[in-house]
Amino acid sequence: MYPEDYRYSSEHEWAKRENGRVRVGITRFAADRLTDVVYVELPQVGSEVRFMQPFGVVESVKAASELYAPVSGRVVEVNERLRDHPELVNQDPHGEGWMIVVEATDPSELDRLMDAQGYRRHIGEA
Amino acid sequence: MRDFPLIFERSVPGRRGFGLPESDVPAQPLEELVPPQALRRRPPALPEVSELDVVRHYTRLSHRNFSIDEGFYPLGSCTMKYNPKLHEELARLPGFARLHPYTPEELAQGALQLLWELGEELRELAGMDAVTFQPAAGAHGELVGLLVIRAYFASRGEKRTRVIVPDSAHGTNPATAAMVGYEVVTVRSDARGNLDLAALEQYLDERTAALMLTNPNTLGLFEEQVDRISERVHAVGAQMYLDGANFNAMVGITRPGDQGFDVMHMNLHKTFSTPHGGGGPGAGVVAVKSHLEPFLPVPVVVRDGDRYRLDFDRPQSVGRVRAFYGNFANLVRAYAYLRTLGAEGLRAVAEHAVLHANYLRVRLAPYYEIPYQRICKHEFVASGVRQKRRDGVTTRDIAKRLLDYGFHAPTVYFPLIVEEAIMIEPTETESLQTLDAFVDAMVAIDRECREDPEKVRTAPHTTAVGRLDEVRAARQLDLRWRPA
Ligand SMILES: Cc1ncc(COP(=O)(O)O)c(C=O)c1O
Repeated sequence: MYPEDYRYSSEHEWAKRENGRVRVGITRFAADRLTDVVYVELPQVGSEVRFMQPFGVVESVKAASELYAPVSGRVVEVNERLRDHPELVNQDPHGEGWMIVVEATDPSELDRLMDAQGYRRHIGEA
Repeated sequence: MRDFPLIFERSVPGRRGFGLPESDVPAQPLEELVPPQALRRRPPALPEVSELDVVRHYTRLSHRNFSIDEGFYPLGSCTMKYNPKLHEELARLPGFARLHPYTPEELAQGALQLLWELGEELRELAGMDAVTFQPAAGAHGELVGLLVIRAYFASRGEKRTRVIVPDSAHGTNPATAAMVGYEVVTVRSDARGNLDLAALEQYLDERTAALMLTNPNTLGLFEEQVDRISERVHAVGAQMYLDGANFNAMVGITRPGDQGFDVMHMNLHKTFSTPHGGGGPGAGVVAVKSHLEPFLPVPVVVRDGDRYRLDFDRPQSVGRVRAFYGNFANLVRAYAYLRTLGAEGLRAVAEHAVLHANYLRVRLAPYYEIPYQRICKHEFVASGVRQKRRDGVTTRDIAKRLLDYGFHAPTVYFPLIVEEAIMIEPTETESLQTLDAFVDAMVAIDRECREDPEKVRTAPHTTAVGRLDEVRAARQLDLRWRPA
């Protein structure tokens, strides 16, 4: 359920390394807890994000939550499809529901995050 | 789904609700009175209806509402207590209701006296030194409180950039801090439901302007370490802000000023029984300790001998934050509430509010998860996790089903730190019979979750409008600012 090659933050974001770039989204656990996502507010391409600082907001019928960047760097891609299809976050949080891609300035920050097993323990599913 | 038309759909061209006699003053052509660029080319798109159409339309709509005058309304954090009808009469006394806000002070002495005396009473209950009546609601009170704190630090030449907020806080707290330009730092709660003192200490330093604390907090629990928290916050020179939305639990028993708070807002529309929700505007009085008094909004009501006046001469004031002097009619209601109850009565308010909440908490415990098992104050947070895991029924479904039993739903999915939260605040004005009837309904719903979960999942079944598709409504916004 939680891909082994992703890293996970305590705030329920995942980070996937892709040749020096890092793809970011929220976990299945977070998507389920939020229930139906209705809106995702993402940064602009070119903006800077900082490690474990808010970079956007995800809103469901139940709550609005901040999104925390699992790595520092420059945003090089945002998932424009979420604008019209926020339900992708619920349907495929670890895939089609991705949020941003970051050109990481310090990829070693990812070492400070959890691996899949650590994350499962974090959410009480291990 | 719509069983009667919008008021716009009732419109018939030329229909009017009234007729006026011919004016005996010669008419001036509009073009001579209004510059051409300000003149409409087409008439405004208002519904053209008769008075009877309007009365029927809105009376019918009002039947769709659920109000405290109709049934039990245990909406956590909102203190939906009974609003005595006597207050309505008093607020409508022509001397108050028809008083123009620009009436000269010497002709408005009664109103000014009422404000001044209300201020004295609220000061005493809060353990504070000065008040402002201007904020229009709780969140507005927060804004004023933080503006006052910011002005205080500015006057001392201190540059502080952070406001600390617990993870159990109402969303208005971090929103307010951000609006005032502060960086918001969130601190977690501990296993007993208190603010985690050790975690707080990690963030406390000379960058901190204030801690915004709610006491009792949004879990309905008294912050057991509030004295130590105040001590640590003051040790770094920061201010203690109380979100007084939950003042109903301690009014007349303990005073925020004695707990170490420097500023607080009170929701008169909660604790002091003025109508709210759809029933009326709020009133978020802010009370401060003396070191913050110079920064309060102007004007401030003061007494000189036996005369009352509005003091505008406050050079350090944050300025005016609202037209005139606050929602005056609500201040009249709150004054009536205080005077009719008196000190003994107010203390009984808090005692009964706490007793009722604990009664419900204990009686519901066999059926619903209660994450924090300790004596609560005026409200408590239960959870629908058991029903969700066991029966696949969510808190949302349970809340909707309560409507079929004739009760307004509790606050749900807040505070955010409790999964499937059901936040119940009965208030002091309910009878034992009502509380028991509510317990019966909650127990019956728990049984339905097990035996007929589909019934709960598709509730409500008896209301004029059934379950709405909230997700579709939020994803496919259908908003417009003029009729199509
Ligand atoms: C704990 C708490 N703080 C702040 C507020 C905001 O108050 P108001 O709705 O009067 O703006 C509320 C209101 O619901 C509340 O429950």
